[in-house]
Amino acid sequence: MTATGRLVADGVRVSFPGPGGASVERTVAIDGLTLAVEAGEVVALIGPNGSGKSTFLRVAAGLLTPERGEVRFDDRPIREPDPRIGLVFQEPRLLPWRTVGRNVTYPLELAGWPRARRDARLAELLELVGLEGAADVRPGQLSGGMRQRAALGRSLALSPDVLLLDEPFSALDALTRERFNLELLRLWEATATTIVIVTHSIPEAILLADRVAVLTPRPGRVAAVVPVELPRPRAIEQLDTAIGLRAAAEIRARLEPPERVA
Amino acid sequence: MTHDALAHSDSAAGSEAARSPDGAATPETVGAAPGLVRPPWSRSVIGLWPFAVALLVFVGVWKLVVVLSGLPPFVLPPPESVAARFVTAWTDGTMLPHAATTLSEVVLGFAVGGATGLVVGYGLARSRLIERLVSPYIVAAQAVPILSLAPLLALWFGNGLLAKVIIGGLIVFFPIAIATMVGIRSVDAGLLELARSLRANRRQILTTLEIPAALPSIFGGLRVGVTLAIVGAIVGEWAGADRGLGLLVNLARASLFDIPLMFATLVTIALLGIGLYLLVVLVERRLVGVR
Repeated sequence: MTATGRLVADGVRVSFPGPGGASVERTVAIDGLTLAVEAGEVVALIGPNGSGKSTFLRVAAGLLTPERGEVRFDDRPIREPDPRIGLVFQEPRLLPWRTVGRNVTYPLELAGWPRARRDARLAELLELVGLEGAADVRPGQLSGGMRQRAALGRSLALSPDVLLLDEPFSALDALTRERFNLELLRLWEATATTIVIVTHSIPEAILLADRVAVLTPRPGRVAAVVPVELPRPRAIEQLDTAIGLRAAAEIRARLEPPERVA
Repeated sequence: MTHDALAHSDSAAGSEAARSPDGAATPETVGAAPGLVRPPWSRSVIGLWPFAVALLVFVGVWKLVVVLSGLPPFVLPPPESVAARFVTAWTDGTMLPHAATTLSEVVLGFAVGGATGLVVGYGLARSRLIERLVSPYIVAAQAVPILSLAPLLALWFGNGLLAKVIIGGLIVFFPIAIATMVGIRSVDAGLLELARSLRANRRQILTTLEIPAALPSIFGGLRVGVTLAIVGAIVGEWAGADRGLGLLVNLARASLFDIPLMFATLVTIALLGIGLYLLVVLVERRLVGVR
């Protein structure tokens, strides 16, 4: 396991202009969000809509500057996008006029890799995400699942130490999604990256994560961190074991807003 | 336009079919039906026959009108005498210098108007300030008919090439600037965020994202623009010229009273327009390709 890839959020606050423009009071998306993700760990972020999960991911990806607090990557504050941090969006976001191959190597092209080196890396990446032979196909000819594979391949192009995933499989059907989760775990074992994945699904969080961070409703902060003590390699059946069920119950209890319980 | 779109998707299916035999694509990815595969030569033949039919119908109706109406040949000459005059005008060297002059006016006007249209269109898309500063003038210039501006421009810039290039440039500029603006603004915000997350610089965003995304729209503007470039050249020649197809139309009608020559000149102008338009479409196919 690599030593690098530790991600620490320290009292992060982000707000956006209110619906009426800049003069109106701002909507606070996350406030005081603190969370430490160890190198090589898988942490799932789960929370109700509007709890700022995606916002937090954008801060960690260097796309948003927090108003207060910071996210540190190996003890250095993140201020701009970093090639060692890969990001997978909810949608594949492929360039439709490029082939799958040229989409997957897009980060390498932007980073100035020479052609021969890109091609060599492409073969590895396509194999990694199970898209061998699809290099010359256009994204429009692929299924949704295949497109997300390509996006995953693209995010791995620069061999990041940290992979941030923003509900990457939410557009897929349940069965495909299950398969993709297992493949993501296989990938994680092969690449030893730190993974932070935002999800809406408790089973998904339990299947993937070492720990599940439950966020509060807006403004989002970490309400609880639930450890998942299932052995690895993980399998779907483990969700129905005592440990799996207990973790699910605990997450569900933490997700419930207190005022509604009362 | 509709026919064109069909031809486009047809070629898409063709190239896909050509690609799949190397076994690359996984079964899940290939969508082309094997029944769509045709030998490569057949596509161009199938693509051409509607044009031939359309031409035959046009000439047939023309001839029919001539025969049925009994109009004198100095009002509506029959197609065969126009065709004959067209051939002689080209062989005896009447047409060529005029066509060459007009062609150079069209190409230069298109180039100048197109280039400014691309640059200004990009500025309009990316800067609210530029949009506020420039757009009133653009719209005003567009609202004044070029026909009424042409004599003024001829007065200022003379009888030569310059006035025509300016007139052509003015008229070409507008559709290309607007098409570029619309195209650049259509770039998906998600893709821009992706590029930012990959630390793309301004130039990389322009070349890998904005230009490719805007190309289909830009080519829409170029198609309109290239035909307008011809309008600009002809209008410019009417405002004052020593040579050119627009001048020849007037000469044939008024001084020479050679109505078949006038028609032959109109045919030349039309062919020039079709040729240039097809050239733009050809470049578009190469650059935009299959999406």
